[in-house]
Order: sequence, then structure tokens, then C-alpha cells
Amino acid sequence: MPRTTRTGPAKSPELDHPTTLALLATMWRIRCFEERVARLSRSLLVHGLIHLSIGGEGVAAAVCRQLRDDDAVYSGHRAHGHALAKGAPMDRVMSELMGRSDGLCRGLGGSMHLVDREHGLLGATGVVGGNLPLAAGDALAAKLRGTDQVTVVFFGDGAVQGGYFHETVNLAALWELPLIFVCENNGFAEFTPRAAHTKVERVCDVVAPYDFERRTVDGSDVPALWSAFGEYLARARAADGSGRGGGRGPYLLECLTHRLRGHYEGDPQAYREALAEADWARLDPLARLQTDARRRGWLGEDEVRSIEEAARAEVEAAVRFARASPPAEPDATAGLVYARVGTQS
Amino acid sequence: MADLETTVVKAINAALAQAMRDDERVIVLGEDVAQGGPYQATAGLAGEFGTERVRNTPISEGAVCGVAIGAAQAGLRPVVEIMFIDFITLALDQLVNHAAKAHFMSGGQLSVPLVLRTQGGAGGRAGAQHSQSLEAWLAHVPGLKVVMPSSAADAAGLLASAIADPNPVVFVENKSLYFRREPALTTLEPLALGRANRLRSGRDVTMVALSRMVGEALVAAERLADEGFAAEVIDPRTLVPLDLEPIVASVQQTRRAVIAHEAVRVGGFGAELAARLQAAAFDYLEAPIQRVGAPFTPVPLSPALEDAYRPGSEEIYQAAHAALEWDGREELAIRQPRRG
Repeated sequence: MPRTTRTGPAKSPELDHPTTLALLATMWRIRCFEERVARLSRSLLVHGLIHLSIGGEGVAAAVCRQLRDDDAVYSGHRAHGHALAKGAPMDRVMSELMGRSDGLCRGLGGSMHLVDREHGLLGATGVVGGNLPLAAGDALAAKLRGTDQVTVVFFGDGAVQGGYFHETVNLAALWELPLIFVCENNGFAEFTPRAAHTKVERVCDVVAPYDFERRTVDGSDVPALWSAFGEYLARARAADGSGRGGGRGPYLLECLTHRLRGHYEGDPQAYREALAEADWARLDPLARLQTDARRRGWLGEDEVRSIEEAARAEVEAAVRFARASPPAEPDATAGLVYARVGTQS
Repeated sequence: MADLETTVVKAINAALAQAMRDDERVIVLGEDVAQGGPYQATAGLAGEFGTERVRNTPISEGAVCGVAIGAAQAGLRPVVEIMFIDFITLALDQLVNHAAKAHFMSGGQLSVPLVLRTQGGAGGRAGAQHSQSLEAWLAHVPGLKVVMPSSAADAAGLLASAIADPNPVVFVENKSLYFRREPALTTLEPLALGRANRLRSGRDVTMVALSRMVGEALVAAERLADEGFAAEVIDPRTLVPLDLEPIVASVQQTRRAVIAHEAVRVGGFGAELAARLQAAAFDYLEAPIQRVGAPFTPVPLSPALEDAYRPGSEEIYQAAHAALEWDGREELAIRQPRRG
């Protein structure tokens, strides 16, 4: 339930025609990227543990589209969609997954550790929940500097049962940090359903005693995500409405999503039933937004096809770029253990 | 008139204050830091710089360490305090999996100019969970720097460098050294990390000592001097980066080495030092490298037991004699492999 506001009501932003098309383009880019990565993973061209975000594209797109490059995003092990939506160039993300020298992180990070400082993706971590305090630290820096930057941290419902979540929620609430917690509650923590991990079904209920703004939304309903996040963002950015900074929070947006694929690529998924076509059509954020846009007359059949084709073409170009990129340089490892003394951070 | 004396705690306090004056990106956070903390290392800072920059935290070591890392990645220069090194266990994930690897995994995009101050060591009758020396764990992790000052002047200078460093630095103090009287500081200038300090010259045996054991080594060296043996005492000051060269050069002269730390001997940093020393100076050694450290038990509470547990000048003195009087043939006979 939306709670009474602490700082006066902020207008919920509505999703308009051009933004809808832009979000669809981002979601198609993520969808096609992830499908291609699944195939590349089977042929061992991308390395390591690969966690795909098909079904979660709406959250990534609706959140990141509203952020600036100087708003930091922290993500977790399922980060491809967040990286692409935040502005990381697809060819360099693909190269990173393949361990190539043109990768975002020169091939030293990989799928679970994507960083794109230029676009404000300050880090993805393979330690579930480990990103939560890092994001709080980023928000603390913004607060101490008096800027109007807002930090977003993406995490799954699996992180909520860990100590980091509770410690960080406490700190963020205590210090009123300009931080938005975006939980992608896909109902599964790795291989087991949420009910096997906790008695508390909704993440919003877990943080209830801290009394900050929180909301559970349908993570497949992109217009709802857009306005819910947009409202929190506007309020976190400038709590006093002056636009001069000094943002305040935190906020929690709990997005109920469906993870179409297994925990990682290759997961046999013996723990759950295959999803019926009809159910997926209802849960697929991309199909839903597309149907919605068509109904509004914002999108013709040709445009749907061209958005999808553009995304597929970009993915293929990214694969070609990555394959042509040389493997990570052997001398990169020793030179990057320590930052050189005297360098600015 | 300026004080003629200072203490390690006062030196740390002065270095922190100076860093905060010089650079507004420097913040201090930890449990009770605004009140000065249990040893008063941060006393007065909140008064001068305010409680936004000298920030008390809840008892949440893991998240607080993560907050400091996130703030460092965003461009601040946090100095986070973990009250006892024993509780660094709660922050190790952030330190090891995040701080130490961020620069590397991001291909150099991120850096973590973080200092984690903490203190260890036995002797406080504080029992097994407030008395450990865990620096070897930290020195094992690529990406972390590890500093162990043995005097007030070193503490101030090394802390200034640690704060200016673009990497995560764990600054391990020793509670037994905090209130010892030392000559007043003449400078707060940074002292470069990775420079060993030779405190005493001698030609008969080299003593390499860490933190509190530096003073103990000097006492042992004095005793040996009375017997006509000249011991050289070297303090590496930083475990990572390690200034091995002067230690090797010394051992090549003396041909005998004693390595002393307060941590448990098994798997201690002395083992790494000994391995590197023998590789670099094998042909020069007249005796096996002697290691002084605590026994392989938790730290006991009972004063008599704790005093017996804690290594000091006596153990260093004995180890030096073992090195000086080494009779290779006799030992060799004992070490014949058993048959059957």
C-alpha cells in the first residue's frame, strides 16, 4: 500500500509515447542480448556462471531510463540488463562476457562483475547482498557533498534473508540516505522458492518497522514501474523540492517479476514446473508493454518488427566485435592489483 | 610550550585531524568514533569537523565496511574503524571480495582509497575474542595493503600515507603500544608505505620484528650486546608492500635471522618472510631461520596464562641464541628420515 508521504505528494510521471518506444527498444536489446548469450554460453564462448534476466527487462529499463549518468547503480550477479539499460555499450559488455581486452573491464571482471564508471554502473557483485552497503556508501557520499545524485541498488529477494540487507536498511533509514532499493522479487532464491527461505512473503513487509516509503508493484507492468520509480526518484533527488540537492530517502520498490530461465545457464530447473505459454504471455513485460502500446495506437506492426530487428542487429554486431577483440592482455593482471599511488580516484 | 612526549594514540589522533583539515574528502566512521572510541584515538575530531564527517555507526561491521568502500569508490577518503581486529571477521567479505578486487575486476575503472584502522594484540586480559593478531589473513589477499606501526612517529607518518593511498589499506595498531610514552612528533609528514626501518645495526644476527615485537627485539638485542653479540633490528612497518631488500641484505651480512611477531606462529606472516628470505639468501645462512610467535592456541584469559602465552623479548633472545649456537650436524642426525 502506498503510504502517506513525508515530503508532500509528488506527481507520478506518466509513460508517454516516445518514452514507451524507447523503453521497448531497451527491453528488446536486453531480451535479444540475453537469448544470444544463452546460446554463446552453450558453445562456451562466454565464460563462467551466466545469470540471465529474461522477464526482468521492464525493471531495468523503467528504472535506468530515468537516471542520469552521475546517478550510481549497483547491481548483483544478474546484471546484464541493468548494465545495458544504464548505458553500457553492448559490444563492450559482450566482449567482457567473452573475456576480451575490449571488455568493459578489460576482460578481468566478467558477467557477474560489470562496471561502467562513465555511465554510472559502479558495480555488480557476485556476492548476494554485498552490493547493498556499497550503494549506501555511494549515497552517503552524495549526501555529504550536498549533490542531488540518487543511488539505486538492484537486488533479488534472495538477498533479503542476509545480514547485509538488514544492516544496510537500518543505516539507510537512520541516515536518510538518497538511496532507492529496487528489489526484483522473482520468487526464487537460487533454486528454491521464497517460502522455503522465510515466513515473510513481501519484502516491503520486512522493512515495515523502519517506516520509510515502500511499494510492491507488478514487475511486468512497465507503466506502473515507471510511475512508481519516477515518483520515488523525484522525491529522493530533492526532498525539499528546491532542486538544490540534499536528497533524502531511502525508498524501497519491490518488483514482482518472473525469472523465465534457471538460476544460471545450464540449471536443469528440476525444482519447478515449466511455464505454460499463456502464463508467460501474462508475465512477459515486453509483450505486455507492446500490446499496451499497440492498443494506444503508438505502435504499428512494422515498428514492432523494426525495433526487434534493430536489437538483433546490434547484438550480432556486438558478437562480431567481441569475437574480433583479442583476449585480455596477459600483463593486465599484475598491473591492476593496485591503483598507482598518486592517482586520483 | 609544545609537549615533549606523545603516545601512539595521540599521534594517530593528530594524523587523522591533519588529514581531515587538509582534505575535506576524508571522513571517519565507526562505532563511537564521535565520542573518541574506547582508546580515544578519534577524540576531539567530532568537535572540530562535526558529526557528519566523524560519523558514529551502529554495530554493523559488515555493512559499515561496505559503506566505507562505496563512499571511497564515489571519491571520498573514508577512514573506518573496526574497534578490535577480532571483529574484522564480520567485515572480511567486504574487504576481501569487494575492496581488494574492485580496481582489478573493473579493469582499473574503480579505486578504493579506504583506510581500515583496527587494533590487535594480547595482554589486555580481554580473552580470546579481543586479543588476536590476524594480520596474516589480510596480507594473503592481493589488493589490500597492510600496515603495522611500531611507534608513535611511524603511526602518524604511515597513517598519512595510508589515507593518501588510492588503495584499501588495513592499518593494524597494537593496543599495548597505545599509551607508551614516546618522544613528541617533529612532523606529520607522510612516511612512504613499503620502506623498512633499521632501528639497530649489528653483524651477528638479524631480527625482523613486527609491531609490538620491535620494542621487544630491541630489549633482546640489548641483552645480547651485554654478552658480546651485535644484533640488527629491522621493522618492515608494512607487510604489503614488503620492503624485502634491506632485510635480505642484512641477513647476507649476519647470516642468521630471527623473525618475531605476536600472532600465532603457525601460518603467521613470519612463515612468508622466512620463505622469501631463504629463497633470497639460502647460500648465506649459517642456521635455520628462527620464528618467534604465539603458540597454536586461542589467547587465554587468566593473567598468568596470558603472560606465558604472549611472546616477548625473552623468546626473541632465546631464538637469537638458537641461531647463534646452531650446530648443524647434531640437528641433522635428529632429522634423519625414519625408515619403515
